[in-house]
This record gives sequence, C-alpha cells and structure tokens, in this order.
Amino acid sequence: MNIIKIKFVVPLLVFFLVVGFLWHGLKVNPNHIPSPLINQPAPAFTLPQLFSPNEITSRDDFIGHVTLLNVWATWCNTCLEEHDFLLKLSNIESLRIVGLNYKDDTSLAKQWLQENGDPYHIVAVDSSGNTGIDWGVYGTPETFIIDKKGMIRYKHIGPINATIWKKTLHPIIIQLRNETL
Amino acid sequence: MNKCFIFFILLFLNRYSIAAEDYYKFNSHKDQQRFASLTSELRCLVCQNQTLAESNSPLAEDLRNQIYIKINSGQTDKNITDYLISRYGNFISYRPPLDSSTVFLWFGPFIIFIFGIFYLFYIIKKNKQ
Repeated sequence: MNIIKIKFVVPLLVFFLVVGFLWHGLKVNPNHIPSPLINQPAPAFTLPQLFSPNEITSRDDFIGHVTLLNVWATWCNTCLEEHDFLLKLSNIESLRIVGLNYKDDTSLAKQWLQENGDPYHIVAVDSSGNTGIDWGVYGTPETFIIDKKGMIRYKHIGPINATIWKKTLHPIIIQLRNETL
Repeated sequence: MNKCFIFFILLFLNRYSIAAEDYYKFNSHKDQQRFASLTSELRCLVCQNQTLAESNSPLAEDLRNQIYIKINSGQTDKNITDYLISRYGNFISYRPPLDSSTVFLWFGPFIIFIFGIFYLFYIIKKNKQ
C-alpha cells in the first residue's frame, strides 16, 4: 500500500516541479539581463557633445541632478517609438534627460533630432561604442536613472512609455529627488 | 582520393587560425590561443545562444575588439572576464560562479545522479526478491 502511494506521489511531485520551472520560464524575458551596475557609481567617460563637439561631457555632469540617461541611435527603430514620450517628459517634468548617441553617424543624429524634436539636455556622442560597453549597453534603447551623487539606481531595457513611467520610473525619480546630496 | 583526404584534413586544421589571423594580429601564438578560448567562453548578449567567437552581431564584434586590445595590452584572462562581468553580469560568462542563484545549476545534476543510483539499487533489490 505504502509503495503504491510512493509510486503515485513521487512522479506527481516531480511533474509539478517541472511544470513550476517551465511556468516560471514562460514569464521570464531572456532579453532582460539584470545590470550589475545598479547602485554603483556611473562608469567614467569623456565624450564630445553632439551640437557642440568642442565641449566635453562626463559623469561629473550628473552630480546634483536626478538624470535620465537614454541610450539611442538613428538606426534603432524602437528609439523612434519612445521618442514622443521622451519629448513629453522633457516638457512636463523638471527632469534632466541626457542622451547617449550610440554608434551612430553624427550628422544623421543631428538631422534626426531636428526632424523629430530634441528632448535632451545634453547629447553625448559615443561613436565607437566603447562607453556603451563600459555601461553594459547591449541593445538600444536603454534608460538609466542616475541619482544626485552620480550613482546608477535603475536601468530600463527597451522603450519607455506612459505605463512604465507611471508604474516604475516616476516613483523612483520622486524618491531620488527627495534624497539629499 | 588520398589528395582529397589531405585537403580536408588541412581545411579542418586551419579553421581557427584563418578566423583569428584575418582580423587580429597577436604578439604570440599563446595570445592568439587565449583570444580563441576567451571568446568561446563568453556569451553574446544579443544572440544569446552563441559565443562571442561565433556571433556576427555588431556588439559581439565590439566585444571581440575590446578583448583583443586588452590581450595586447598585457591584461590577464581574469582581468578581462572580471571587467566584462562587472559590466554585463554573470550572464556573459558560460561558466557562472557558484552563488545562491546558481546552486541548483551546479549541484542539481549530482543530486539527480545520486537519486538515480539509489533508485537503481532499489529496483535491483526488489527484482532479486
């Protein structure tokens, strides 16, 4: 009697264990790789600015502001998808949005911003993609939230929209604004 | 027949050296081998089932360049993998370190193996009776 019970119960348990694993696997997006840079100081960089190439931008520019660093490129179609929302953010919120133009053609990038509108406070130009690697960028668009001390506090992979803003990004930004330097 | 056979053997032996020498010049053969083994142990983040050595994605190309530059500037294998893990996380490594999220990955097969052995003995014992 006991052995018969085990014969039924053990395979059933194993079955539910496997189902549990697979069920979990369905919900995980393999393209979302957690960044080890969260709660780390922003990686150092010195890059020219898109509209004034003689001026340099670095991570020191993050100090004292809550910043949204948005990684984009003209060849990235999804970037155009989130662009309208970024424009809205730049109007409504008193938030600094810094662009990182990733592996792009400078003149195309300027033209793109003139045609589609420019939500960025500063655009840093990373034509080689080396700064992107330092920041762990593996797909555009990516958006980092950087606090007043220059620490990376959150990373969003993929386009941002009203829902993501309301649910995730905005609460984090409010919290970071209230932090003292 | 014989010539054909030799041709294919040579083709096979040359596989790696052609791939590496075309793009990258190394200071020594040892460095070249390090490059080959490092790029085949690191995962491409865009096309996730390929190694950095196999992938044609632009990011994999950039990462190969970075590894090449770092090897030529005298950095050790550990320096290079530590750098990439600090940027992209353990995900980039095909040999993830042992921590709470990988315990099952490391010990799961042994547990299943031991369980299998016990089950095997159980079956044998039962059949003898």
